Amino acid sequence: MSKLTDLTIASALTGLDNKDFTAVELAQAHIDAMAEHSALNAFITETPDIALKQAESSDKRRASGDAGALDGIPLAIKDLFCTNGVQTTAASRILEGFIPQYESTVTQKLFDDGAVMLGKTNLDEFAMGSSNTTSYYGNVINPWKREGDDTDLTPGGSSGGSAAAVAAQICMGATGTDTGGSIRQPASFCGITGMKPTYGRCSRWGTIAFASSLDQAGTFARSVEDNALLLRSMSGHDPKDSTSANKSVPDFAAALTGDIKGKVIGIPKEYRVDGMPEEISALWQRGIEWLESAGATTIEVSLPHTHYALATYYVIAPAEASSNLARYDGVRFGHRAKEDDLTDMYEITRAEGFGEEVKRRIMIGTYALSSGYYDAYYIKAQKVRRLISQDFLSAFEKCDALLTPTAPSSAFAIGENEDDPIKMYLNDVFTVPASLAGLPGISIPAGVDAQGLPLGLQVIGRPWDEETVFKVAGVVENLAQFAYVPQTVKRLPHD
Amino acid sequence: MAKMVQGETGDWEIVIGMEIHAQISIESKLFSGASTKFGAAPNTQVSLVDAAMPGMLPVLNEKCVEQAVRTGLGLNSQINTYSVFARKNYFYPDLPQGYQISQFEDPIVGKGEIEIDLPDGNVKNIGITRLHLEQDAGKSVHDQHPKKTYVDLNRSGCALMEIVSEPDISGPEEATAYLSKIRMILRYLETCDGNMDEGSMRADVNISVRKPGDALGTRAEIKNVNSLKAVQQCIEFEARRQVDLIEDGEKVAQETRLWDPVKLETRSMRSKEDAHDYRYFPDPDLLPLTFKQSWVDEIKQTLPELPDQKKHRFMNDFALSRYDASVLIAERSRADYYEDVAQERDTKLAANWVINELLGILRKNDKTLEESPISAEQLGALIALISDDTISGKIAKDVFAEMFSSGKSAATIVDEKGLKQVTDTGAIETIIDEVLAENPDNVAAYKGGKDKLFGFFVGQVMKKSQGKANPAAVNKLLKGKLG
Repeated sequence: MSKLTDLTIASALTGLDNKDFTAVELAQAHIDAMAEHSALNAFITETPDIALKQAESSDKRRASGDAGALDGIPLAIKDLFCTNGVQTTAASRILEGFIPQYESTVTQKLFDDGAVMLGKTNLDEFAMGSSNTTSYYGNVINPWKREGDDTDLTPGGSSGGSAAAVAAQICMGATGTDTGGSIRQPASFCGITGMKPTYGRCSRWGTIAFASSLDQAGTFARSVEDNALLLRSMSGHDPKDSTSANKSVPDFAAALTGDIKGKVIGIPKEYRVDGMPEEISALWQRGIEWLESAGATTIEVSLPHTHYALATYYVIAPAEASSNLARYDGVRFGHRAKEDDLTDMYEITRAEGFGEEVKRRIMIGTYALSSGYYDAYYIKAQKVRRLISQDFLSAFEKCDALLTPTAPSSAFAIGENEDDPIKMYLNDVFTVPASLAGLPGISIPAGVDAQGLPLGLQVIGRPWDEETVFKVAGVVENLAQFAYVPQTVKRLPHD
Repeated sequence: MAKMVQGETGDWEIVIGMEIHAQISIESKLFSGASTKFGAAPNTQVSLVDAAMPGMLPVLNEKCVEQAVRTGLGLNSQINTYSVFARKNYFYPDLPQGYQISQFEDPIVGKGEIEIDLPDGNVKNIGITRLHLEQDAGKSVHDQHPKKTYVDLNRSGCALMEIVSEPDISGPEEATAYLSKIRMILRYLETCDGNMDEGSMRADVNISVRKPGDALGTRAEIKNVNSLKAVQQCIEFEARRQVDLIEDGEKVAQETRLWDPVKLETRSMRSKEDAHDYRYFPDPDLLPLTFKQSWVDEIKQTLPELPDQKKHRFMNDFALSRYDASVLIAERSRADYYEDVAQERDTKLAANWVINELLGILRKNDKTLEESPISAEQLGALIALISDDTISGKIAKDVFAEMFSSGKSAATIVDEKGLKQVTDTGAIETIIDEVLAENPDNVAAYKGGKDKLFGFFVGQVMKKSQGKANPAAVNKLLKGKLG
């Protein structure tokens, strides 16, 4: 038998059903892995006691035949989801020590299905970043290394802790949130699969807001099927979130038939950007050939407003964030500067509590909403956003899904791109358009570059058609046969 | 007639627009399920949403939407089946989200018009610009500690309707008439209790002055105007202040001013330069608010008769004066009471009794109509006794006082005290004969041409009958006897 931490969720569920091992054993194996890999700094808060307690209950439920869909599966939870009685920080100093007295809808649904929580994973502060370097709790280290080079690499961001934890086999799956690529880009950097569903598929209630019209919870795991299992548990209408859709949740895993005969896959020509590494172009081409070999047709499609997506995103997301983060004022919870004067208290609390990138985005957003600039920035961005959505809808009249690279590069070194925010923002160039349009998108590890670092391909689908996204992704997964393991995992003896 | 302010350079016209904040009568808040009951211990009616805990989201309370639509219909205003909630961003300790959810570019109710009654008996139409839904803020408490400010979030998130008028109001009398009329309409609709003492209705008053015919002057916005009296006082003060400023060669600043109800003056809160940039934008946590016109039509079917409709009906059907009708319709319960009293009775007599006697004695005893010991049915029965000549109007007043103190019915009191009017001509004639026999000198004087003595005889007869003799019968019979 392989190590318990090597298992996929699907095979672990079978193992638990067959009594090959218990949920407590499964949890303990992952708690050990969490300790072994503590240097990755993937977690802000580790909750091994909670995990063992939940695993014990899980074993009892399974023994009495009441096991849920994810019963006994150890997961990591991005520290943006509020967890009842467990510190929730959004990786910000301003929320240090904040212990919610409520459970986010997404985590509640996972727990209702029997999932086990190993801890709260590190992220970019308030999910603002693409490298996990903006966390107040220090950066996460990608379990992958360049061949023959020990330089620490970024896991991507913002859900870098979740992606690193899944890649390092600390957990079997993890929750993430994706506002402009925060699931898909780290999945690509960490050689795992990450899924952002349609906006409105998962409730945002209890998830700390970054940009409300873009934020969407999603999943990380080491297979497409595992992502489908996790997403099914997390999804569903929530009356507490007015933007949550009242739609039934399909059995996503059932869509993984491998049959894409007759499907038309669009290849957006605007995604062939200048300066894209040859390896990524080549991988994209291989992806096209895989899908054709499986019986799909590929066509070139045009998404003419792609070029404006990043600029649009970096008006809308900071604008919403500048307002969403106003509640962190030191009055009711979190960090508070000891000042007698009200204005001083506000200013120093927020100056101390927020990091540089968060402050930058609050400033940008405040500016974009200011009287005299609102029409030129915010209103214009909303108009362009509609055009971008329209681009996708027009393309989907001709095709069933789109195939693109996930990110314009493989994982870069920690500290790289830090001097230039714009360069950092370019990481999201392939993921942001689908976010603006609220579309489901998945990143599947499809190969490695010359340095041995993983590269992902992205499948984007129609609104509410996660099933086609999973189906196509499953075919890519099968044909890519991505079997690489991060060096950090290989190096550490588990047994 | 608009009231002018006399200045050294002539008359100045006052131009007023009002923003009225009315708390919706409803058990729970605009975007959360927390209770809205007034007077609870601080911070006991606060949900996670009201305290703006991380990750909390607003969910619109549909009942509030219905109340806003009812109110819009009651204000004869356009109902917008598409409206948008927007965030108004500013920092204040009693504003937990750091923004107020309000409506900005697309309010739920658009233009309309209401009629106000002026003291001189005229009516005037005042334009309604809009009505929008918004959250109330919490309350900062400054007087509990020498240095600290406490925050009570019970009111945080309560549903308000902000009703904005056109600058059609020209003087303190019109302003109070407007505020009273809005309050009356909302109370009729039961969409706001109109209780200004508890803060469920508050007004901001925008005031400017100009020479008649000139363009609009620079306005000041006066906040904290929380009673009808304060509206009148603040307008008188502020208009005079502005006229004096301009006549002294200075300029009126566009600013927000605070009404001080103790010192009876307005003072500057913040100038235009310090004005907040509220950075309004559509709230991404809430979808645009849409509903069908058919739903609006359904609500329209359930509206009660509104004050103006009732007033006109009372004037037409009950032949009441505009003044009497206006007094009676001021409260819906009062109008209902009157209609019960007046049913199949002398409607004008009923109006006199309700307005002059009942409301008078209630006021004297500091009681509300709801607390009246005399029911509408009982008062109606008393009026019936007057109309059918069972008792005279004069006796009726004594009976009424007795009813008020004992709660007994008029008939019981009349029976117990034997107050029934004597209309039997035989009995009256007997009394007259007695009186004439007792006063032979006066009879002789009368017959000798002293006509004025007629009143003396009437008085004597009434006295002898203990006020119970029917005065008309006494008059008639006396004339016959005295020839």
